[in-house]
Amino acid sequence: MRNQRRVVITGMGVVSPIGQDLATFRQNLFDGVCAIAPADFYRRDFVATYPVAAVKDFDPTRYLDAKACSLLDRFAQFAVAAARQAFQDSGLVLTPETAQRMAVITGTSVGAQNTLEASFMKLVDAAVPRAHPFTIPRLMSNAGSSHISMDLGITGPGFTVASACASAVHAIGVTLGMLRSGLIDRAITGGAEACLTFGTLRGWDALRVMAPDVCRPFSADRSGMVLGEGAAMLVLETLEAAEARGAKIYAELAGSGMSSDAKDITSPDVGGASRAIALALEDAGLAPEDIDYINAHGTGTRINDIMETAAIKKVFGPHAYKVAISAAKSLFGHALGAAGGLETVATVLALGADMAPPTIHYVRPDPDCDLDYTPNTARSLPMRAAIKNAFGFGGLNSVLVLRKLP
Amino acid sequence: MPLTDEILDIVSSVALVDRKVLLLDTQVSDLGITSLDMVEIIFALEEKYHIELPFNANTNIQGFRTLGDVVAIVEKIIAESGGGA
Repeated sequence: MRNQRRVVITGMGVVSPIGQDLATFRQNLFDGVCAIAPADFYRRDFVATYPVAAVKDFDPTRYLDAKACSLLDRFAQFAVAAARQAFQDSGLVLTPETAQRMAVITGTSVGAQNTLEASFMKLVDAAVPRAHPFTIPRLMSNAGSSHISMDLGITGPGFTVASACASAVHAIGVTLGMLRSGLIDRAITGGAEACLTFGTLRGWDALRVMAPDVCRPFSADRSGMVLGEGAAMLVLETLEAAEARGAKIYAELAGSGMSSDAKDITSPDVGGASRAIALALEDAGLAPEDIDYINAHGTGTRINDIMETAAIKKVFGPHAYKVAISAAKSLFGHALGAAGGLETVATVLALGADMAPPTIHYVRPDPDCDLDYTPNTARSLPMRAAIKNAFGFGGLNSVLVLRKLP
Repeated sequence: MPLTDEILDIVSSVALVDRKVLLLDTQVSDLGITSLDMVEIIFALEEKYHIELPFNANTNIQGFRTLGDVVAIVEKIIAESGGGA
């Protein structure tokens, strides 16, 4: 292993379709609860119905007063809620000095889509096209990171990372690098997304990759992806900083690997994906045989699941058949910029419980996807280390390695 | 212009494929087009004929295997919707 600062996870928080707190998320994750249901999306009299995984009955006033809520798009509200949960979970208390040594680096794919669409509808429809004064502060894609830093009083580096479906994993990976470099000692990182809007669903519908019913990653007859939403944030600290304050430690963030396919704007590539996995392992100083569990990108599209299976085999060789794999998007959909955050939290929980969450809706094997995807029921198995894959549209890949601390 | 010619013209212009090589038994997979080209073709056909085509890139490859399949499905959907452009 390289001689560098080690980084650990000391707090987690989630706002998700399967739970708006960590304990509920954890229970429903292992129980294989499905949050996908049909929903109607309207443009005046035109209605389109799509299966989605929505965060039901989210109440932002649990976290912010009503006036503050009006300044935040739904995605930023999710971000603040998840970050505050993670911060409280960590038990961290900041001083002015330690606050400056803490960063907020979060991911989002499109950001304030609700605000964007509502604003344009109003500008197009209204007799006088006047924008609301909060439009710009709500719209900007850094709003999640900004409001988290304001809410928690974090005064170190802060920005937002975007790489489509890999945004949150890239954010976590970049944060790992900054912690190792000595620039910061702690960080809030993860992702947030809330774009279950008419425009978003019509846009994704046009790509013809969405399933008409549910998400069935790796199963034969799978018919595509289902959109979700939510946020998940993690508190990362150097091992030294965490041990100095007696923090509880969930796991070590042992490695990060990133690559670009440089091939196609929507179709994934085995070469790019496998390189990111291999780089993550190398960064962690681990071999494929050290990995017991993979939380897949697993979108449920025909091409991702075939490509991801091939990429895992390319790196893992025969050990690919010994690893438990699961695709959490089967439970809570594809949360785009938040997906990597929710699924990294799921990976940490799996490691801690020695249990692989299920890939639900799995019907029968696909000859091109012949690995162990933990179909339909969670499974206990001893876990030493795990991988989180994320492969974003536009060929941007980010992979993390997580390890149990002895 | 007959519907078949219109449809093949659309495929040619959207996918930038030589119109002369497009025959009804031409396989879509032999056209050298990407999956994005295919959804663009679907979009252009829907816009032209005011129809919705049941194409899912994960499952519908069988129904849209040849250009003849594409023409047949467009004709069928136009007839079911009671008209077209």
